[in-house]
This record gives sequence, C-alpha cells and structure tokens, in this order.
Amino acid sequence: MATEPQSPVRAAISAEHLVRRFGGFTAVNDVTFRVEKGEIFGFLGPNGSGKTTVIKMLTGLLPLSGGSAHVEGLDVRTDSEAVRERIGYMSQNFSLYYDLTVEENLKFYGRIYSLEPARLKRRMEEIIQLNGLGPYLKRLAAQLSGGWKQRLALGCAMLHEPQLLFLDEPTAGIDPVARRQLWDLLFELSGHGITFFVTTHYMDEAERCSHVAYIYYGKLIADGTPDSLRQLPEVQPDGTRRVEFTAPEVTRALRLARGIPGIRSATIFGQSVHALVDENLSLDGLRRELAENGIAVDEIRPLAPSLEDVFVELTYKQESLLEAASD
Amino acid sequence: MTNVFRGCGAVFYKEVLHVRRDFATLFFSLIIPILQMTLLGYGIDTNIRQINTVVFNADGRRESRELIDRLKNSDTFHVMRHVQNDRDLNDMIVSGRARVGIKIPVDYSDRLLHQMSAQVLVLIDGSDSSVAGPAINVTTAIGLDESLRRVLPSGASFAVDMRPKLMFNPDSRSPNFFLPGLTAILLLNVTTFLTSFSIVREKERGTLEQLFVTPVRPMGLLLGKLLPYLGIGFFELSMILGFMRFVFRVPIHGNVLLLAFLSLPYLFVSLSLGILISSKANTQAEAMQLAFLTILPSVFFSGYIFPRETIPAVLYPISYFIPATYFINIARGIILRGAGLVHLWADGLALFVLGTVLLILAARRFHNKVIMA
Repeated sequence: MATEPQSPVRAAISAEHLVRRFGGFTAVNDVTFRVEKGEIFGFLGPNGSGKTTVIKMLTGLLPLSGGSAHVEGLDVRTDSEAVRERIGYMSQNFSLYYDLTVEENLKFYGRIYSLEPARLKRRMEEIIQLNGLGPYLKRLAAQLSGGWKQRLALGCAMLHEPQLLFLDEPTAGIDPVARRQLWDLLFELSGHGITFFVTTHYMDEAERCSHVAYIYYGKLIADGTPDSLRQLPEVQPDGTRRVEFTAPEVTRALRLARGIPGIRSATIFGQSVHALVDENLSLDGLRRELAENGIAVDEIRPLAPSLEDVFVELTYKQESLLEAASD
Repeated sequence: MTNVFRGCGAVFYKEVLHVRRDFATLFFSLIIPILQMTLLGYGIDTNIRQINTVVFNADGRRESRELIDRLKNSDTFHVMRHVQNDRDLNDMIVSGRARVGIKIPVDYSDRLLHQMSAQVLVLIDGSDSSVAGPAINVTTAIGLDESLRRVLPSGASFAVDMRPKLMFNPDSRSPNFFLPGLTAILLLNVTTFLTSFSIVREKERGTLEQLFVTPVRPMGLLLGKLLPYLGIGFFELSMILGFMRFVFRVPIHGNVLLLAFLSLPYLFVSLSLGILISSKANTQAEAMQLAFLTILPSVFFSGYIFPRETIPAVLYPISYFIPATYFINIARGIILRGAGLVHLWADGLALFVLGTVLLILAARRFHNKVIMA
C-alpha cells in the first residue's frame, strides 16, 4: 500500500475508471474521482446521466463492468456487504414505512443493522436529540410533513453511525426552511468527520458543497472545489471576463446585447443580464456600447462565474465534442 | 457476516407491525374465505333432486298411476303438472318450465295385462347435461326394475345382484366434496395475494430500494416477509377446517396434524408464487391481475370443481403443474378417505419440489429484475 501514491484506504470514496454497460449502452463511461473524509461531495448531472448508476455501483448493488472502486477502504467488488454495513443511504422519496410510527421506523432500521439494545437506545436518543424528532415519536410517518419525513429518513440512515452517507436528492420537494435546516445539519455532521455524497439539482446547494463533480451522459466532465471549477479555462476562456448589468427592460436588453460585437454570450438572471465579454472591453466601454444600442444600464459590475455557468459551459463543450465525434 | 438470512428478524418485526396496523385487509382476507365457504357449502348441490317433470297420463288406470308414484318416490322427479295432450307436454319442456316429460300411452295397462311390452315415452331436456344424465339413469333403472318384477316369480332373487357402496361420503353430500377442495383455493388466495402485495407495496414506496443498501440479505428479506404470511395461512387453514367441521358437519376421517404438516409445502409453494409475482409486478394492481391469473388454472385444472378426468388429454398434463391438484388430493384424502402419510407422501413431495423450483426461479428473477434493475 505504501508504494501507491494515492492509497485508496485514506479516501472515503475512491473510484477509478468506473464503467457500467447495459447491453450496448454505456451508462457510466470511465469515471474517476476521489472523495476525502469529511467532505460534502456534491454529485450533479441531468436526469438519466448516470448518477444513480454510480451510487448503485458504489453501494455494491450493481457489479462494475470495468474499473475499480473503494468505499471506506473496502473494495466494492469483493466486500459489498461490509460496505453496506458502513454506509448510510437516503433516497429521494425518503423510503419510510408510512404505516409505522417514527419510533417504529427507527427501531426497524436499528434491527436491520443489528444494533444491540443498549446501543440502539443510546443512538435513538442521540438521533432524536439531533433531529428534534422528540415530539413526534408516536406519530405515523405518513402524518409528518415533508421536512420531518426527511429528518426521520436521515435519522434512519445514520442510526448505525456510518462514516459515509449517500443522500440522493435529499431536498427534492421540501420547503426552503427545511432545506436550509438540513444543510445546517449536514455542515454540523461534516464537522464531526462524516462524509456526505449528495446529489442535487439545486445550484445553490452545489455552491455549498466542499467538492463537486458533474456527470453528463456517463462522462465526468467536472471535478473539483467550486472555486477551482470557476477558474477552469474552459469556463473563463483567455481574453474574456464576466459582467452583470441591470436594465429596465431586461428581455429587450438581452436581445440587443447579443448583437453587440465583444459580447460572446448573454443570459438573464432575474432582473439582470449575465454576459461573457471580451477582456479588452472595459466596463465603461460596455456601458457606452449598450447606450448606443438604446439600453440605459442602471448598474454594471464584474462577476465571478456561478457553478451553473460552469456546468453550462462544460456541457456545451462536451456536446460539441460529441457532435464532432459522431460526424 | 456469512448469515444468508441476515435481517430476517427485523423484517419479520416490521411485517407484523404492518399486519397489525392494516387490520382491515387482514380481516377481509379472512372473512371472504368464510363467505365463499358459506356460498359453496349451502348454495351448491351437485346432486340432482326434484327435477321438474310434466306427465301426460293417457292411460290413467292403476298400473300407470303406480309407475308415476315410483318416479315420484325416486326423489329425482318432481311432478309439477299433469297435461292432457302431446302439445302441452312439448310446450312445457320448450318453455323450460319442465325438464322432463313423461307420456304414458293409452294402452299401457292393457299391454302389461296381456304380457306384452308397454312403452313409455320419456322426453328429456338435453340442454343441461348435468340434469339429463340422472334423468336417463333413473328412468331406465325404474323401467328395468318394473320389468324384472313382472318377469320373475315372486320371492325369486336376481341372478346377479350389484351392491354399490359409496365409501367415505355415503350420502353424497356436496359440502363434503367441495369444502376440502376449497381449502386449497382459499389458502392460495390469501397467501399468494398477501405476499405479493407486501413486496410490491415496498416497490411502490421505494423502501425496497432502501433495504437493498442495508446489510439485509435477499434471503433474509424474503424469509422475513414469508414467515408472517405463513402464520396467517396456517391460521386461516385452522379457521377453514374448524368451520368445515363444526358448521358444515364434514367429518374429518384422517389425522388433522398430518393435514397441517402437509399444508406446509403447499403454503411454501403459494408464498413462492407470491414472490415470483412481485418480481414481475410493479404496482399492486398488476400484482392483483397476475395473482388472479394463478387462481383460474387452480380452479379449473386441479379437480376442484370438475374432475381431472374431464380435462381434455392435450391439457391434462397442465394439471400436474398446478399445486392445488396435489393439495386437493391431500385434503380430500385426509378429510374424506382417512388417508395417511403412506398414501399421500408423493403429493407432499411433489409440492415440495414445485415450491423449491418456484422459489429458486423467484429468487433469481428477484435478484436480476429487482435488485440489479
């Protein structure tokens, strides 16, 4: 082990050249990434791009067609049962038994992981404390609101003190307050060294992750911290920069802005326009340029690319590569 | 970590909670069998009695009236009307008011007195074969008996005296025939339906997906799900047997414990069938349809209603693959014929083999189509 530069034992997850084929279709194509302990790893991608397949491979549910993967230092190909012993998993539909009470749901998962009675009791108290489930113990899971269902599901998934938790779209369909509370909880737990593997469609959630990866039709096209991704040359091509300006008639402003030489791309964000422009075009120069075209700009300022910008740019690039390959 | 039944206890605990909470389903699945039993026990009588009969007695003398009395006394015919001409006789049968028409000719008594052969016309509605058969048999038998009485000197006995003796069900009571067979169908109903539903419900909720990411082993999951329903199946069997014995007064000639023992492989088969269904169905509605699909052949090819001998030769082999075939033989064997393990071990073995094959098939399908999907 000592001879290997990147020992798989150290990482929470280490996936190397993962491949999964279904017949002639390659759902996951040569995916390599590494998640360190204590990270909140955001795994993003459109529906059907292979996110769930990757999770299934990492949890030992799907055999690998190629490559290798270690979870908590264990080879998923040979030790999938020990892997499942050490991880927690929460699916997007919270997978609770609605006709069981909160307490019974917790007890059931405790038994599934064969917790001894004393440990189960202690863990249940800790979970109830942490998630604030106390007042609802005797209530049927069906009667909980979305946010509370999600807390209960999270509680069930971490009853056996896993060091790594897979959360598959944990915030889909719950209210904003519950969403924020969940993230606060994730930060707190991650402070205790627990690793999270989170899939999401929310860009603001991706921004909160310490490490994000983007999968697009089976290929991993981005992998790094949100900041390092923003610095990618593909996202910020040489000789360009991003600006944001606000204007009264934002849709008309966008249409006109797209016709101005020096503006490479532009899109609307709320009441403002985000644009990728030539670097030698100064802010004042741009304001003049826009005014000449009849756009009275209220405010104009430089802008760092958002993760959404990053994924959009990378997706365009990937698509053009695919098109070139198919021609 | 080598325990292939890991998680069985936890799943069992949870299933028991489900059953307790969903008491209505359990209640109905136990009450409906009782209803079906009541219908079949009281409502269906395969013994043909009191067939509506119309009589045209053109003779009217003592001999002809004696013949009519004999027909009445056979319990097979119910003389509901006397008519005076051929047309009315015919109309009564065509309209369906009578199934049998008997015409005694005007010279009936005369011919008998002159030692000549007297003819009696028996019209039988052939549109219902189950009525026509007994009508032919009984009238023929009465005619034969009348003839012999007249030919033989009084006090003489028949040269060949057939003495048929009905073993096991001497009164030919229909409940005795139907209810033991019904146990097979009802058990199949409850166990197959409940197991497949309990698994498909978890598919619908997404909890199955969750369970596969835990250390629960597939065999532990399946066993934990089967056991509670095995218990329910057993309870239902006792209930049905109790109802059959004490309400419908069907005597149990054999060993009840043997019946309980041999019902184990049968329950095993129907539970495996439930798993097989759940590996295919994704919704409870789909599971319901598939489960009904298994009920039909069990009713028609097992000998439950129609004897297996009536199945066309091409379809006959199917009956060997119907689990109910074996269990009906076991149930009737023990309940009606007092059969022991010596007589029934082969049926038990057949069920066990069927169950094993089905479970392997179900487990493989489950692994490939559900876990790996």
